[in-house]
Amino acid sequence: MSKSIKTILGVMLMCVSISALSSVGVKLDTANTDISDNNSLQNGAKLFMNYCSGCHSLSFMRYNRLAEDLNIPKEDVVTNLMFNAEKIGDTINATMPTEGANKWFGGTPPDLSLVARYKGVDWIYTYLRSFYPDDSRPYGVNNHVFQNVSMPDILLELKRTTPKDEFNSKVRDIVNFLDYVGEPAKLVRSAIGTKVLAFLLLLLVLAYLLKKEYWKDVKYGKWRAKD
Amino acid sequence: MNKNKNWIDQRFPLTKVWNEHLAEYYTPRNFNFWYFFGSLALLVLVLQLVTGIFLTMHYKPDTATAFASVEYIMRDVNWGWLIRYMHSTGASAFFIVIYLHMYRGLLYGSYKAPRELIWILGMVIYIALMAEAFMGYVLPWGQMSYWGAQVIISLFGSIPFIGPDLLIWILGDYAVGDPALNRFFSLHVIALPLILVVLVFLHIVALHTVGSNNPDGVEIKENKDEGGIPKDGIPFHPYYTVKDIVGVVVFLMLFSAVLFYAPALNGYFLEAANFVEANPLKTPEHIAPLWYLTPFYTILRAIPPILGSQFPGVLAMFAALLILVVLPWLDRSKVKSIRYRSWPYKVALGVFVLSFVFLGWLGMKPVISPEWYVSLAGSIGMEIETALYLILARFFSFCYFGFFVFMPWFTSIGQTKQVPSRLTE
Repeated sequence: MSKSIKTILGVMLMCVSISALSSVGVKLDTANTDISDNNSLQNGAKLFMNYCSGCHSLSFMRYNRLAEDLNIPKEDVVTNLMFNAEKIGDTINATMPTEGANKWFGGTPPDLSLVARYKGVDWIYTYLRSFYPDDSRPYGVNNHVFQNVSMPDILLELKRTTPKDEFNSKVRDIVNFLDYVGEPAKLVRSAIGTKVLAFLLLLLVLAYLLKKEYWKDVKYGKWRAKD
Repeated sequence: MNKNKNWIDQRFPLTKVWNEHLAEYYTPRNFNFWYFFGSLALLVLVLQLVTGIFLTMHYKPDTATAFASVEYIMRDVNWGWLIRYMHSTGASAFFIVIYLHMYRGLLYGSYKAPRELIWILGMVIYIALMAEAFMGYVLPWGQMSYWGAQVIISLFGSIPFIGPDLLIWILGDYAVGDPALNRFFSLHVIALPLILVVLVFLHIVALHTVGSNNPDGVEIKENKDEGGIPKDGIPFHPYYTVKDIVGVVVFLMLFSAVLFYAPALNGYFLEAANFVEANPLKTPEHIAPLWYLTPFYTILRAIPPILGSQFPGVLAMFAALLILVVLPWLDRSKVKSIRYRSWPYKVALGVFVLSFVFLGWLGMKPVISPEWYVSLAGSIGMEIETALYLILARFFSFCYFGFFVFMPWFTSIGQTKQVPSRLTE
């Protein structure tokens, strides 16, 4: 029994190591985001609303959910973060009109609700910090991670005026915020998971003791006695 | 209490069914680890049905709203994320459990006489489950849903003569679109679940007619006491019900660990590309089905097209599934359990399991060769005519089919061990 389990595990491990060896791509920096850091999420929300929300929507994210999850008073959200919405239950939509986007950038900037889920936090973190001057591009910049991207280096001013560590930390906050937006349930699910596992562990002890008690009969052939 | 029981028993065989299938259903007393997966498969089936009911309450089968409705479930429906993750994790868990359940059958010869029908019904369940999983995967209408459907459905188009018309008939359109999404939804939430439940019922009826096999492959019904009860049997209830509860709790712990800490499981249970809404104008760089279908996807890709037609590959893929059905008649050995089998079967089973795992792994890879292989081949001046992964895919496809084709031979050679007349401890 245990031998065959070991074989299966061995094979699985082999596959994992082979696939790790053969993966190639651009080297990404580690974002080191921490979704449980509420200050970072709040700061990320603020930075996102100021630098990104002009062009990018978060069409699956509602302002009131943001207020609730990030512990921001609703009045503050209404006065400081809601640039393009009337009700606090609205979703976060870009200020830029679609016709304008097509004219200025050749297309609508993507909705970022799920960007952290399909690109990953490391990709966004590296991407936002990988712009370089390139005169052949319409906005004079290009990107190492995403060649010929039509987005301008929106954080350029911030990068010039802040020390490198502080800048990285601000980008990290934006990425952290996008990670939360990608899956708001992420804030609670691991905490619930710990409780569920604790309960199941207790149940396992009881189930095992119950099984052991019943199976004493099998061991001593006693189950037939009642007939 | 007794009065009520009698009242029911006069109208419905409650006590009779209870006794025949639980309290007086005698099972071998030596079930090991591998025997947990039957009851676990039933558990996962129920889990999928129940979570599916709640998802259907909020999901919208319309190409314009499907993707957003799934995100609505994830964000705005109370506990929607939990239900959705239970369902998506449950899909992969179903296949893990089913694969281990099938492997148990191979280990102990559970498909051999008199249990051929149980095996065949099981294989039909497996095929229905794959169809169910495939259609369910289309519903969130992400990039992989769309392009996966495009690839799989186009296979029907490769059938000579009727293919192109059949394709339009299946899709209700010239491409995967709204009609296809609607009918996949219908098939996924009612047709296939209904078929699965009926098949599972028949699978269990057939099992209870002949009784369970066991790790020794000994028929316990051949040794009965004067009361007609198998000497090596114990009533399923309460002994195996309490034992299966332990299995259920351990399973739920592993299940919860994935569900709460890593529901996407690094792209294996939920692919990152499927968090992008379906876009018919933008083909993803790499299209692969989820892990449980990849062994057959690799076989499909391993067979070269003939006269520009992909049909041979399609045939091979379906043959890979259908050949499992005739397994009981390919095995010529008189011994059931691996414990007493000759060494050629043990070797062949090992090769088969390895090739199945490698076929699955290859199915997740693009067909192009990895860089290290290209540079290695270049440095020794070797011409690369066929990609490394394609060579491997063909090799392991050969091993996969070889297991069945050579089975009549390797199960009839070599020295088997003496099978005991009673169960060993």
